[in-house]
Amino acid sequence: MNTSAWHMLLEGAWTTVWISGVSIAIGVVAGLLIALIRLARIPIVDQLLVLYVSLARATPLVTLTLFIFLSAPTFGINLNRNVTGILALTLNTTAFNAEIWRSAFRNFSREQREAAMAVGMTPWITFRRIMLPQLVVTSLPGLVNEMSFLIKGSPAIAVIGIVDLTRVTNRISAVTYEPLPPILAACALYMLAIGCLVWLQRLAERRANRLAV
Amino acid sequence: MTNWQILWDARDQFWSGFLSTMEIFGLSISAAFLIGCVMLFMLEGTRPRLALPLRIFIDGMRMLPFLMLAYVLYYGLPTFGIRLNAWWAGVGALAVYHGCYFAEIFRGSRLTFPPGQIEAAKAHGFTKGKMFLRLILPQIVMQTRPLIGNQLIYALKDTAFLVIITVRELTAAANNLSGTYFIPTEAFIVVIGFYWAVSIVMEIIIKQCGRFSAKRGFDHV
Repeated sequence: MNTSAWHMLLEGAWTTVWISGVSIAIGVVAGLLIALIRLARIPIVDQLLVLYVSLARATPLVTLTLFIFLSAPTFGINLNRNVTGILALTLNTTAFNAEIWRSAFRNFSREQREAAMAVGMTPWITFRRIMLPQLVVTSLPGLVNEMSFLIKGSPAIAVIGIVDLTRVTNRISAVTYEPLPPILAACALYMLAIGCLVWLQRLAERRANRLAV
Repeated sequence: MTNWQILWDARDQFWSGFLSTMEIFGLSISAAFLIGCVMLFMLEGTRPRLALPLRIFIDGMRMLPFLMLAYVLYYGLPTFGIRLNAWWAGVGALAVYHGCYFAEIFRGSRLTFPPGQIEAAKAHGFTKGKMFLRLILPQIVMQTRPLIGNQLIYALKDTAFLVIITVRELTAAANNLSGTYFIPTEAFIVVIGFYWAVSIVMEIIIKQCGRFSAKRGFDHV
């Protein structure tokens, strides 16, 4: 592999990183919103969200990406590839994040909420000052775990022609006729990224355990 | 409603795609389960020199996207003169990849396995293999069934990746149909319905296993 091949590989890695990063950022916030809405138990909305979470967890990412990419134009919506990729990854990860947030909410200590009520905090201030900071710490290990799953699923966006870290190996081997070196280099890059996340998860877990004591 | 009529007429394609996906899934998941069990046995400590490389291998697989392993088998192996077709490369990659995940799930449960049982079995003269097969494996498999269920759903979702290395399965069927008749929305809704149905059925089966294992006393150890 020469310099230009490495250059292409790193460009592919950058595509994977930024698309995953945007999806993670949107997915974490949207997951929190969905968890909050589900806690409110609004009649029809609640059932719809249950349906969405169940469907999104069962749909393969490749199928979801193709579905959005091919069917959006029939509704007159023009999405470019990158937006489609982000949308598919986000829809998938939001469902998982919503469940993580929701279980953190359900396990939140009742005493603290009652104490906050007793000292006259409004629900919004209770949420912002008391609950959210602790919820972030307790659900962080799960969220980071889901992030690594997202990166493992991100090659799905290659199916609509985005040149990510997986697909770029095909491009390089089309020039060099040696498929193995770029694939192994890509494997190493993926391991580096996911290894970092695993390490972060361990850190987060240690912090969460310290809070629980 | 003519679009649905077209899809109904093309139901053979969906059905063969579905069967193909289930074939890949069934074969690879059975192989993965066996690989997981064998890896757990090798981690038991009969050969300490084997344990460390195996742990590194398992952890390495867990840090890799599934598609990369499929790429290694499909595009990489011909460098060494081993030529797999897309179908076998896909099944092999799924089996090895999820085998490692199974091994990791089993290993986590093995760490909390009560040592008293093993000492009792040794005192009764069980050999290593018999003890593993009769005592350790059934309990670990039954205890980890929620995680196994999760992993089965992940494996089902990973079969869709194989469309990228040109395996003809369910997602490929929808892709072909939407290319031929230009009705992508309906075709993909049907396919997503198929995946959804299969994962719901798997969840129900796992729950039924829970009833079975409660009856046989696996849960209150």
